Amino acid sequence: MSTTKSTKSTLPRRRFLQQAGALTLAFYLPNARGKFAVTDAQAGTAATLEPNAFVRIGSDNKVIVIVKHLEMGQGAHTGLATLLAEELDADWEQVVIEAAPADAKRYNNTLMGPFQLTGGSTSMANSFEQMRRAGATARAMLVSAAAAQWSVGAGSITVTKGRVIHAATKRSASFGELAARASELPIPTDVSLKNPKNFVLIGKHAPRKDARAKSNGTAIYTQDIHLPGMLTALVAHPPRFGSTVKNFDADAALKIPGVVDVVSIGSGVAVLANDFWSAKKGRDALIVKWGEANAFKLDSSEIMAQYNMLAREPGAVARSDGDTDAAFSKAKKVIEASFEFPYLAHAAMEPMNCVVRFARGECEVWNGEQFQTGDQAALAHLLGIAPEKVKLNMLYAGGSFGRRANPAADYVLEAARIVQKINGRAPVKLVWTREDDMRAGYYRPMFFHTLKAGLDAKGKVIAWKHRLVGQSIFAGTAMEAMMVQNGVDHTSVEGAQNLPYQIDNLLVDLHSPSIGVPVQWWRSVGSTHTAFSTETMIDELATAAKIDPVTFRLDMLSEHPRHAAVLKLAATKAGWGKQLAASNAAEKRGRGIALHESFSSVVAQVVEVTVKADKTFRVDRVVCAVDCGLAINPDIVKAQMEGGIGFAMSAAKYGAITLNDGIVDQSNFHDYRLINIAEMPKVDVHIVPSLKPPTGVGEPGVPPFAPALANAIAAATGVRLRKLPLKLA
Amino acid sequence: MIRINVNGKSLNLDVPPDTPLLWALRDSAGLTGSKYGCGMGLCGACSVLLNGTSIRSCSTPISAVGNGKITTIEGLDDKVDKALQAAWLKLDVSQCGYCQSGQLISAGALLRTKKNPSDADIDAALAGNLCRCATYVRIRAAVKDAAKSLA
Repeated sequence: MSTTKSTKSTLPRRRFLQQAGALTLAFYLPNARGKFAVTDAQAGTAATLEPNAFVRIGSDNKVIVIVKHLEMGQGAHTGLATLLAEELDADWEQVVIEAAPADAKRYNNTLMGPFQLTGGSTSMANSFEQMRRAGATARAMLVSAAAAQWSVGAGSITVTKGRVIHAATKRSASFGELAARASELPIPTDVSLKNPKNFVLIGKHAPRKDARAKSNGTAIYTQDIHLPGMLTALVAHPPRFGSTVKNFDADAALKIPGVVDVVSIGSGVAVLANDFWSAKKGRDALIVKWGEANAFKLDSSEIMAQYNMLAREPGAVARSDGDTDAAFSKAKKVIEASFEFPYLAHAAMEPMNCVVRFARGECEVWNGEQFQTGDQAALAHLLGIAPEKVKLNMLYAGGSFGRRANPAADYVLEAARIVQKINGRAPVKLVWTREDDMRAGYYRPMFFHTLKAGLDAKGKVIAWKHRLVGQSIFAGTAMEAMMVQNGVDHTSVEGAQNLPYQIDNLLVDLHSPSIGVPVQWWRSVGSTHTAFSTETMIDELATAAKIDPVTFRLDMLSEHPRHAAVLKLAATKAGWGKQLAASNAAEKRGRGIALHESFSSVVAQVVEVTVKADKTFRVDRVVCAVDCGLAINPDIVKAQMEGGIGFAMSAAKYGAITLNDGIVDQSNFHDYRLINIAEMPKVDVHIVPSLKPPTGVGEPGVPPFAPALANAIAAATGVRLRKLPLKLA
Repeated sequence: MIRINVNGKSLNLDVPPDTPLLWALRDSAGLTGSKYGCGMGLCGACSVLLNGTSIRSCSTPISAVGNGKITTIEGLDDKVDKALQAAWLKLDVSQCGYCQSGQLISAGALLRTKKNPSDADIDAALAGNLCRCATYVRIRAAVKDAAKSLA
């Protein structure tokens, strides 16, 4: 290779790097004691093929796939790598995952405009083209390099499982062998993508890339980061939302060996120590007096009573079809019901935590980073530095369910305030205990619904009036303008506003009261409550009309063949209409169904329940059908449905955060229970075959479960439960 | 200094005697595979073996360990553990993965005492290991798969 040629043809790649800004990636190398040495490595050396922001191939023949989304269990890393590796024709074994830095120019969520954010079950949908194009581009350059090297036409070259092959002359090369030459070629702008029938990874089984590290203890979470000189901070938080620090006495705390400092940070008082246990003992010894002037002091029952009053008045209209009042006057039968939904905590297994270092005007963060753009802006604002001076290292999150994408960057800023308060003299790991995590707010909002529906003489639904009362999640956030229109926060009414059933006269309206309890999106957001009220009401109407609940729904879904197909698949696979096997005389069995669209996917579930003599119940089996467009990794789709059902079951059986005089009653898993393995039902998942672009998977498995369970309980006992969590006694 | 035996090695750790074993392992011994989830022995993410029995290291003071043999996820290396880890990979059990060290510890303790566990045995042995991602369906299947491969 001549120097001249090299200089000339590397320009495009250099131009890319310039546009991208300085691309420096950190590697964390665990030493024998599990501590982490931090080294910086410059990406993109001359011999490295790096045609875009998503893939890098060096002479070691590894395909480094740069993933912009958080891996919190949902399989995003594996899915993103699958898309890229498919079009690259890489061998799955040679693919290595690397977390992308914070950079909204290159790594924004293409469905969320300027935000780099993992959420809304969009990781696959927004990356489907982007990652495949990135892979196809790299492939084209490897093929061109081989064609030049072998003096053959590019069209006669094939690529299979990481080998570039010219069959006619029996020559082949690895990606690593071609990377240097390929890196000098111009980057093609017009690459073609595969016909889906030629997919070898998409739609097949690519094993999860994080599976091994997560089965031998080597997967690194925020909790596992240890930097030289790092201090661990625990924060004494106020007992009520809106309280502030009045004063504190740190004498006893500072006497605990290992405690090095105590600082007030507005949201609480932080105890800094050399390790967790010293910090914990220090915090236990700390005495804080709280300013309660703006403290929130209501009981949750008082909040619900306020909502009940509000629901008597019309709200902001989210959807209005036909003339609902006129239709009700013609109805032969009218059913009215109200529904109550409590606050819910995310309760990820890894309580919130964050490591922040701030030195020489630069901030570096280690976090299960779900909202890079928001956190970066908030940190830059707090610290008075440019956003580019905030480097975010995205680590695995031990669950999130939405919590780590906090619109106020709450726990991230708390960690940064502590570092700021000690003038950056040490990196700080903020650790929330389970109690801190449970009581920190940012819950799924409490909701109250009223639903009134009218049937005509033939049992057809002719009128539907749905009123929702609950806090807006987006009010007061940077995304309010995008998400709240005409007084309607889309996420408060999603699932109710877009009810798929053909009902000519339909009104959905909303009250969004301001309450001093912070709220946030919680796996499947508005659908956590709208699926319940709509699908249990539909079931009740079917019973009133004496029509089978599946037939009743299908009759109203002629305009929605996708919904109808999913419903039929679930019903067929569950043996709908066949008698459930009998149980002993003291027990009653029942089967219930629910259908719901969320995040552009449609899911139906059939729940089989046994209600025992003591009025407790056991979920025996759940049959789930899902249409999520093209299933990129069907096994992960199944896993997300299984997990979504289990997650929903914890909420349906136990989930409630309650307030007493403003103080959160719950603190840990004894009073905020999760289901255990003995309670987990058998789950059968069926995926509708589809070649349509992929839609959401992480969240859509959650919404149908609770209504299907309530419908099953109604089938078994005749009792309609309308308050969550579901209790018969 | 407190001396404990972890994964076949003797470690001297400079921690107060009331330090929970979990934090001694994580902050002093640098063994971060065992996780903090609740601090009250309610979730099982911190599970380690003490003389072969799955215990909650978050609520076990290091002073109570004595000469007992501690095994953490990092020290799992017998054929039962290997079979379980292989089954975990084969069935892609893990989602977020945070609880899985504890799940594998408890599953190993079960399989070493019961070669062919029933559903009820699995429920009893793993009921104290919560998984917020609810990977329970696959945990159950993987324990059975491992038992089969060891038979």
